[in-house]
Amino acid sequence: MSSEDLGFLWALLVNGASIGLMYALIALGFVLVYKATDAINFAQGEFVMLASFAAALALGIGGMPVIAAVLLAVALMIGFSFGLERVVLRPLLGRPVVAVIMATIGLAAMLRGLPPITIGGETRALPLPVGDEPVRLGAASLPPIQVVGAIVAVLFFVAFTWFFKKSRMGVAMRAVADNQQVAMAMGINVERYFALAWAMAGIVSALGGVLWGSMLGVDVHVAVIGLKVFPVVILGGLDSIGGALVGGLIIGIVESLAAGYLDPYVGGGTKDFAPYLLMILVLMFRPYGIFGKRKIERV
Amino acid sequence: MFHRESGVFKTSYGADMALYPLPVARWTVVVLLAIFAIVLPLFVHSYYLSILNLIFIAIVGALGLNILVGYTGQISIGHGAFMSVGAYTAANLAVKLDLPFWLTLPAGGLMAALIGVIVGMPSLRIKGLYLAIATLAGQLIIEWTFNRVPAISGGAQASIEVPRPSLFGVALNTQGELYFFLLFFAVLAIVATLNLMRSRIGRAFVAVRDQDIAAEIIGINIYRYKLMAFAISSFYAGVCGVLYTYYFGIANYEQFQLVVSIDYLAMIIIGGLGSVLGTILGAIFVTLLPIAIRLLVESVGVYFFDAGELSSVAASLRLIIFGGLIIFFLVVEPEGLNRLWRNIRNYFRVWPFSY
Repeated sequence: MSSEDLGFLWALLVNGASIGLMYALIALGFVLVYKATDAINFAQGEFVMLASFAAALALGIGGMPVIAAVLLAVALMIGFSFGLERVVLRPLLGRPVVAVIMATIGLAAMLRGLPPITIGGETRALPLPVGDEPVRLGAASLPPIQVVGAIVAVLFFVAFTWFFKKSRMGVAMRAVADNQQVAMAMGINVERYFALAWAMAGIVSALGGVLWGSMLGVDVHVAVIGLKVFPVVILGGLDSIGGALVGGLIIGIVESLAAGYLDPYVGGGTKDFAPYLLMILVLMFRPYGIFGKRKIERV
Repeated sequence: MFHRESGVFKTSYGADMALYPLPVARWTVVVLLAIFAIVLPLFVHSYYLSILNLIFIAIVGALGLNILVGYTGQISIGHGAFMSVGAYTAANLAVKLDLPFWLTLPAGGLMAALIGVIVGMPSLRIKGLYLAIATLAGQLIIEWTFNRVPAISGGAQASIEVPRPSLFGVALNTQGELYFFLLFFAVLAIVATLNLMRSRIGRAFVAVRDQDIAAEIIGINIYRYKLMAFAISSFYAGVCGVLYTYYFGIANYEQFQLVVSIDYLAMIIIGGLGSVLGTILGAIFVTLLPIAIRLLVESVGVYFFDAGELSSVAASLRLIIFGGLIIFFLVVEPEGLNRLWRNIRNYFRVWPFSY
């Protein structure tokens, strides 16, 4: 391998890892909800989209400062997740898992149809004040927004790890996730922690939406990232926060390598294909993922 | 369907399982068939026949999905892709080998069944969420394959034009002629499903859905029946795809994207999971709704939107209403339109002497 090849490889790895961290951040929203409430959110990508729209509108039309727009998106997503849990998911408690899946698919369809009707279908810019100068890491150069995204994702993972390991609420939440009845018996208000889990997913989606939206431009296609969440969480393990991080990194890097090395041979598009192939393999041989709990029901 | 059955007591299992619970039910079906086969095609404008044609195709696909989701309790978000498998198989056979539809149609169905079994393989090991994700991956991978492999999907924009189906040397060109063609397959699919569900296989499906462990204990081979459910269900989907192909005269993967899978799930949820009549009602409802929305948007929408945006507004409105209806029915009336129909019927069953 010549040094040029090595440089290419390094560039692909760094780029893949930074995108992968974004995937991990968005997958975290899915994992938090699944871990605490056993609910499956097929609308995670649409959550992200909604947040990016909120931030873009606040910046563009509202003319708010960036911080205010981000906070607004966070607040909106927290409120939205709360409402969703109350109105849709609580009535479905105890129903077959298929019902929850279908309900969130329906929700995803609704959210996807909303923006073109209410505010028009055009792509909006969501400029964050991070400059345009690419950040150079050896042979690789990254757009600054990707670097910011990666840093935010890492910070969030550190914060959530601390929260779950050390804080009182985090421990209570782990208890709820582990066994709801016992948690209830220990005096934990399970419903409140369900709501908290959704609120945390809302925060994560909001930040993911702001970052992802400013990377791609804000329109309904932002929601497509929701389809990337599944390979990430399956690979990492559905109920593992560390798994989301590792899964996100692996999927991001695999995508980037596939795009770099396979695309010239097959004429492009392997980026959209490789993660799902990897996911099918994981489902076949290790369905609980790398760090997931081995509690898959088999018949 | 419409009859009232007061004073009828069933004394044998045979009577309980009969396709027609009363002689009058048989007459209802005969009258309905006569209306659909003779009266409608004679007196109805061909635009309305084209809507009915779409409904017939949708009924075939939705019945297949309901066999899997409603009766067997598995889930598939990949039925759109199974339809595209049937569509491309038939289109390739019809164009490259010049085969008639009565060969390409079962071939498309069988190919879809094969792919369906492969995608459904994970159902043997995993359930619920994992199966949903596995079939979702199947959908995306199949879509990608058709989009990227011109050897299967025929070059330009991944679409293959097919000739109209012909019967006894006569090409079926008009909506009226296609109407009989599609009506035949819709009726066939309905009767086949009704009979399948009365058989040993159908009851095994229901047993697997209700309590899989208990089903296994009483001697149902779960692996076999789950795979069989996937095979039968995707066979229907494949046939549905072939019918679409002949109806539109073109096979294109864009007709069978993820949205289509969700449309069909909407049909069976709105209509009623695990019910043939519900499936039919759902297929009618979901086919008519976009037309109603389009009319609404065209008449009222001009006051709110630019003329150029109307079609995208209609598409978005359709997504919103579909999503909303899925959630509404899941939360409020899980048994769908079928349940509403039963409620009405039960009310009139003993009317006017209800007390």
